[in-house]
Amino acid sequence: MKSNTVKMAAILLASTALVAGCGKKKVDVLPPAADGTDYGTQPTDTTPTTGAIVPGSQEDFLQTVGQFGDRIFFDTDRFNVDTEDQATLQRQAQWLARYPNTRITVEGHADERGTRDYNLALGERRANSAKNYLISVGVDASRIQTVSYGKERPQALGSDEQSWAQNRRAVTVTVQ
Amino acid sequence: MMPKNLHLKLAAFFALFLMPVVAQAQAPAAVPTLATDEPELVEFDTAKTRSIAVPALVAPSPADTPAGNSTALGRQIAEVISSDLRASGVFETQGPNGLRVITLPEVTAPQFDYWKARPVEQLVQGFVRVGGDGNLTVGCYLYDVGFGNETTRLGFNVPPREWRRAAHKCADAIYSKLTGELPFFDSRIAYIAETGPKGKRVKRLAIMDSDGANHRFITNGQSTALTPRFSPNYKSILYLSYVDGNPRIYVYDIDAGRQRLITQSRNPTFAPRWSPDGQTILYSMAVSGNTDIYKISASGNGTPIKLTSSPGIDVGGSFSPDGRQIVFESDRSGSQQIYVMNADGTNQRRISFGQGRYATPEWSPRADLIAYTRIAGDFRVGTMRPDGSGERLLTDSWQDEAPTWAPNGRVIQFFRTEKGSGKTSIWQVDLTGSNERKLPTPVDGSDPAWGPVLP
Repeated sequence: MKSNTVKMAAILLASTALVAGCGKKKVDVLPPAADGTDYGTQPTDTTPTTGAIVPGSQEDFLQTVGQFGDRIFFDTDRFNVDTEDQATLQRQAQWLARYPNTRITVEGHADERGTRDYNLALGERRANSAKNYLISVGVDASRIQTVSYGKERPQALGSDEQSWAQNRRAVTVTVQ
Repeated sequence: MMPKNLHLKLAAFFALFLMPVVAQAQAPAAVPTLATDEPELVEFDTAKTRSIAVPALVAPSPADTPAGNSTALGRQIAEVISSDLRASGVFETQGPNGLRVITLPEVTAPQFDYWKARPVEQLVQGFVRVGGDGNLTVGCYLYDVGFGNETTRLGFNVPPREWRRAAHKCADAIYSKLTGELPFFDSRIAYIAETGPKGKRVKRLAIMDSDGANHRFITNGQSTALTPRFSPNYKSILYLSYVDGNPRIYVYDIDAGRQRLITQSRNPTFAPRWSPDGQTILYSMAVSGNTDIYKISASGNGTPIKLTSSPGIDVGGSFSPDGRQIVFESDRSGSQQIYVMNADGTNQRRISFGQGRYATPEWSPRADLIAYTRIAGDFRVGTMRPDGSGERLLTDSWQDEAPTWAPNGRVIQFFRTEKGSGKTSIWQVDLTGSNERKLPTPVDGSDPAWGPVLP
């Protein structure tokens, strides 16, 4: 019932994907945030955007891991890291291996279709899933902190399956 | 602002405040029982609402007070009484607007034939007097127009700035007398005031009276605030704040304007709750992604006690009124469901077995019911008995969430989220699912938490 609906929606999403090669949870088109800021991440990078990208910076991280390579997505109420997520996190780990002094925060999020307290717990669970995988591929645990925003910081602003799929996420942000 | 020194005293020798001409008030003897419902019956007889007239209270010697002239206060107090009773959904009210101004002698000797002809069934009259100490004495009388007799009378002595409390107390007395239910108007609500676009909501801790008056913002919105709970004595508020960048529970001291962490931990803490006696705080904490429920002394000293230990999310919780049991939410079965345990964590058992997921359980102050959010597609607020039986849904909207009980356990507030825009508002509904209405808040509102009746 519920899970079937979700799966069907996921299949629909995948079949209408604009970018080839996307997995079932891959979200292809992220709407621009209201004022150009990504509220899913902490605006820690104050480097002027006009100059060259500083190696080891948040900008460098984002450029290296690729579009949406800073985040993994989850099914409704789930927090497991699947093969596609693993590939994303491995790219993050490779970058982190090059900058061993850089620390990261993994932000866990839930969609709006959950109760507030539960979503805070679920966001924490998702952030920890990503953290644990990063540790398993060699990132030192002391470099990773987590924070849950529950349903408080949606990335996509619609009330539909596609928006919710974009919001069920764990986002890696470098601490500069 | 906060009622730390309550000057609300029952004036036992009420006739003393009146002039001799009205001192021959009828003895309130042999008053027939007016409550038409059995007190234990959940249903109000909403089909047969009773009409009540509330003319402006008389100010026998008009005088200025810091809250305005006593004549104006007499009208305002009548307005609050009328508004409270009407909002309860149980009564239709008339006045004070549209009703004639009564005289002081009428306060204790109503013109029953006049009121019978309007027609009304019940009549509330009273007076406001400014004492030598500057305080107000508010007299409040309830009459049964049909029987032509006095049903109850009350007097309150309040500082002028607390005139609304005298009105609420009067409305509470009338409500209780006529319904057989416990009072609830003279109480306060903590909630989250919301502004801004969906992608960047500003969420501030705020408090107000049960009717939305005396509204006050506590936090400035620079960091997200969530899920407040008034302490039973209204002196402090538990809530979640991201003030240090992480979700953490703080206890905010209202008079001092200071807050402290309830427990020192690097782990996120959320979903704070008070025990009914205010001595214990219940909270949820995630350790390595696994959330469990803990309790700790509200004194600020003491060690947390872990109450749950199942793999998965155990979260929230609400004490039974006697403090012996806790109802909480867990997804240990694979989806969010409601469980009950003893206050020491023993004897954990699932009580929700209906369709869908169940969240945010809150034990009624009357102990007889548990309110919750049921998630089956849409979010709806419902109630069930503590053994899980008697499930009934009270609301039907896209997303109704987080019920909180009126102190008399007969009305529930919750918040409603609008599909798409994410705009939120606070609503209340009675136990029959009737009289659903939106609360007046200056901006959007969520996470309401209703406190007890003020002493």
